[in-house]
Amino acid sequence: MSTSVAEHGQGAGLSPEHGGHVLRVAGLQSEFRSRRGTVKAVRAVSLELEPGQRVGIVGESGSGKSAFALSVLGLLEPPGYVVGGEVILNGRNIAELDDRQMQTVRGKEISIVFQDPMSALNPVKTIGQQITETIRKHQPQLGKKGARAAAIELLRDVEVPAAGRRIDDYPHQYSGGMRQRVMIAIALANQPNVLIADEPTTALDVTTQAQVLTLLDRLVTERGTAVILITHNLGIVAQFCDVVYVMYAGRVVERAATADLFAHPVHPYTEALLRAVPRPDQLAQGPLPSIPGAPPNLAEVAPGCSFESRCPLGRGHKLCRTEVPVSTAAIGFGSGGATAECHFAKERVAEYLDGDATTA
Amino acid sequence: MSSTESTQAAGNGHDEPAPLLRVEGLKKDFISGGSRMLGRAGNVVHAVDDVSFSVARGETFGLVGESGCGKSTVARCILRLLEPTAGRIVFDGVDIGPLAADEMRRLRRRMQIVFQDPFGSLNPRMNVEAIVKEPLVIHRIGEQHERSNRVIETLELVGVTEQQARRKPHEFSGGQRQRIALARALILQPDLVILDEPVSALDVSIQAQVLNLLRELQERLNLTYVFIVHDLAVAEYFCDRLAVLYLGAVMELTDRERLFRAPLHPYTGALLSAVPVPDPAVEREREHVVLAGEVSDELATGGCRFKARCPIGRDRDICGEEEPALIAHESGHLAACHFPGELHWLVEPSASEES
Ligand SMILES: Nc1ncnc2c1ncn2[C@@H]1O[C@H](COP(=O)(O)OP(=O)(O)OP(=O)(O)O)[C@@H](O)[C@H]1O
Ligand SMILES: Nc1ncnc2c1ncn2[C@@H]1O[C@H](COP(=O)(O)OP(=O)(O)OP(=O)(O)O)[C@@H](O)[C@H]1O
Ligand code: SF4
Ligand code: SF4
Ligand SMILES: [Mg+2]
Ligand SMILES: [Mg+2]
Repeated sequence: MSTSVAEHGQGAGLSPEHGGHVLRVAGLQSEFRSRRGTVKAVRAVSLELEPGQRVGIVGESGSGKSAFALSVLGLLEPPGYVVGGEVILNGRNIAELDDRQMQTVRGKEISIVFQDPMSALNPVKTIGQQITETIRKHQPQLGKKGARAAAIELLRDVEVPAAGRRIDDYPHQYSGGMRQRVMIAIALANQPNVLIADEPTTALDVTTQAQVLTLLDRLVTERGTAVILITHNLGIVAQFCDVVYVMYAGRVVERAATADLFAHPVHPYTEALLRAVPRPDQLAQGPLPSIPGAPPNLAEVAPGCSFESRCPLGRGHKLCRTEVPVSTAAIGFGSGGATAECHFAKERVAEYLDGDATTA
Repeated sequence: MSSTESTQAAGNGHDEPAPLLRVEGLKKDFISGGSRMLGRAGNVVHAVDDVSFSVARGETFGLVGESGCGKSTVARCILRLLEPTAGRIVFDGVDIGPLAADEMRRLRRRMQIVFQDPFGSLNPRMNVEAIVKEPLVIHRIGEQHERSNRVIETLELVGVTEQQARRKPHEFSGGQRQRIALARALILQPDLVILDEPVSALDVSIQAQVLNLLRELQERLNLTYVFIVHDLAVAEYFCDRLAVLYLGAVMELTDRERLFRAPLHPYTGALLSAVPVPDPAVEREREHVVLAGEVSDELATGGCRFKARCPIGRDRDICGEEEPALIAHESGHLAACHFPGELHWLVEPSASEES
């Protein structure tokens, strides 16, 4: 039944006609330059985020996820450079701001949580000092006492036990999960509208991971913070995200509401990625389906589709070798915002719709 | 019948082949939190507190549990990179505790470890060939020509070409680096490989490649694995038998099927329920039991060490008074809980709908 496909995506937040974006990235391009050549790490990536929306970014290691996040925040450092595109945050293009102007935006309107909390926290300063510094930077009117009270409040918010006492601890006295929550507390100190979390749970065990996700969930529902979650854990994406962007070789190759993406991956890379996740029912069936080959060298982008050398569908098609596929609307899915960058996107969608029609 | 691991391992009349590895009553204490500046004596952390298990040849034995529960410490004691506070490690029938340094070094050839971080564990200044060759040099095996051949063979085994071998680690992706670390561990042709979180830092497709490779090598070379992992989906896919550790002690120990389908310990149940499933339709229906609190280094005195966080033991006197022993509730299924199998609090709405 094709209507069930359509229903999936509805209300899940893919509505391009909606103007109320808190963040809109258009055609962002970044590269790393070296003597050996220029690595085009982010190749015209666009993304839209509404208030309170949870967007996931997944994709192969090296596909440009972190470079994208850093570029959005103006944190990319040489040899990395943003070379094009717009980053419209709360209505203005922050890609045009200089470093000083950017400092007033970062941490206040948009924040990032990095993967490794130990290297991001200063080991010789107490947790409290680090949080109050951030608070006072954007809210000097609070004063020392006020900032400390706010910091304790924040630690409580992220569920650090005995916050009033443990605020004076040093990072090494916290467990990995607590440190990660402190990082989130610091990122939230000034109530940004947008939080980017780059692999915030990769180093954590399942229970701590669940705690961090519960916390992010609360943020979205209670404060309306919009979250971009970068992860390679597809279970987390399924649990947390409304919309998923799939990156490959510096491009967004597919974008869809979460339920659609898992039920009907249109891009062959997405399909391969989903199949690589170990599932209990695979035990008897031997090896996990992995993706043969390696991603293309981003220093010398070849003509054609960048997934071609590894694509089971494109193999033998001249079109795939010679022409870069353009982003195709996956019409028939959800509210119409789904896209896939594949020459056969239309056929794939049609197949899914047919399949659903015959099984109904 | 009290067929605990250690009596099983000691041979209980069955004609089972002797296990390759036996860990018996392993304990490891650390002093932590001491500060001369504050004039504070450190307190003792029982990082590993009476752990026993055995691993058969060709088997994959999993160690799972939250961060800080003692998994890596167990691994390092097995290799005697750390001296145990108490207990025995018996490798292929030999108690390694009393071995002299040179005897231990010879034995260590047969037991290798792959560390979690493929970035940190490879020397950035050496090229891949030198990195993989190094163990041969350290153990003075073969001469120049023979060593080079073996390096090429081993790299081939893990899918790294001869040309690539001249590159340095930073020129490889995470998955390739993990392959190199693996080649380095395999070049000595060990019997036992300890894998400490070998795929945690990898994306799923590379993770799949590495897991497939590990499986293939195990079959080809009859390797025995001790597999430390926090991703339970990977654990379920990969391990034959597993032990669940909590605060340094084994809470449950059994085969994969029973651990994941019919766990007895509430802690195992809570862990399993925390795993997100890569299926949004299931996720929407599911209730996650988020365990409150976290592992603390302070061991509860007396009673069950999981009590403070246990959803069923919280109000029961016996849980606070008596430490539950790790005993077999059915053959080959050990759990340390006074109320094994009481997992009704975990029942998921979607699961009950199906029946
Ligand atoms: N400092 C740098 N110098 C040169 N190239 C770089 C640098 N940092 C990243 N790159 C390259 O840019 C590309 C994108 O890297 P990025 O870190 O964004 O990947 P990612 O998708 O975040 O991967 P992962 O999942 O492994 O974190 C990669 O090909 C990487 O090798
Ligand atoms: N050298 C040390 N000195 C003091 N305490 C230590 C030392 N090494 C480990 N510990 C403590 O011993 C306990 C067990 O640590 P271990 O590294 O074995 O945990 P783990 O299960 O491997 O955790 P993770 O999943 O985070 O790697 C922890 O409480 C840790 O803080
Ligand atoms: S365009 Fe061709 S090669 Fe690229 S993903 Fe689609 S089918 Fe595969
Ligand atoms: S013994 Fe009691 S507290 Fe411990 S796990 Fe079992 S029920 Fe929970
Ligand atoms: Mg990254
Ligand atoms: Mg460890």
